[in-house]
Amino acid sequence: MSQAGQRRPFFRRKKTCPFSGANAPRIDYKDVKLLQRFISERGKIVPSRITAVSAGKQRLLALAIKRARYMALLPYVVK
Amino acid sequence: MALYEHLLIARQDISAQQVDALATHLKTIIEGEGGKVEKQEYWGLRSLAYRIKKNRKGHYVLLNINAPAKAVQELERQLKINEDVLRCLTVKVDQFEQSNSNKARRERDGERKPEGETQETAE
Repeated sequence: MSQAGQRRPFFRRKKTCPFSGANAPRIDYKDVKLLQRFISERGKIVPSRITAVSAGKQRLLALAIKRARYMALLPYVVK
Repeated sequence: MALYEHLLIARQDISAQQVDALATHLKTIIEGEGGKVEKQEYWGLRSLAYRIKKNRKGHYVLLNINAPAKAVQELERQLKINEDVLRCLTVKVDQFEQSNSNKARRERDGERKPEGETQETAE
């Protein structure tokens, strides 16, 4: 475990939240194209540890996705 | 007075004129309660992500409303009764989106897809 940590074969770039910083997109339930990047092929919300969305923005994002689902802009499940 | 975004889905079988009539009817409800419809946007017949009451498509109408809470309550009550309306959602917002949100966005998305890198210059 410690050996692997000492000499990692590749350098992992530190990811930043896509909704923070200048000219970041606004999270809006009507923006289907944007929200689609944060749901899996199955239609599930992708966890923030994968997409690097900050905790606060992830909450807003989840709310937006759920609103979009209610209005049939996004599916609840993809079979 | 507060700002609300109201999105509703109408049944697929009704015509565009009927949707228009419905929208103007809603406008009179809002104005009767002392509110104002700032903007009305018809998205057209879009396909739904899943079936609602055996409908695969629906007419989407977006209303930007500046009205007291009572007007919105009355609006939602009427829409629940109306059988032409499949879904409706009202969201309170701090401010409306400045540009004509969806048309502009859809055009932008259409451009964005083939060349993902030029996204920043397009905005």
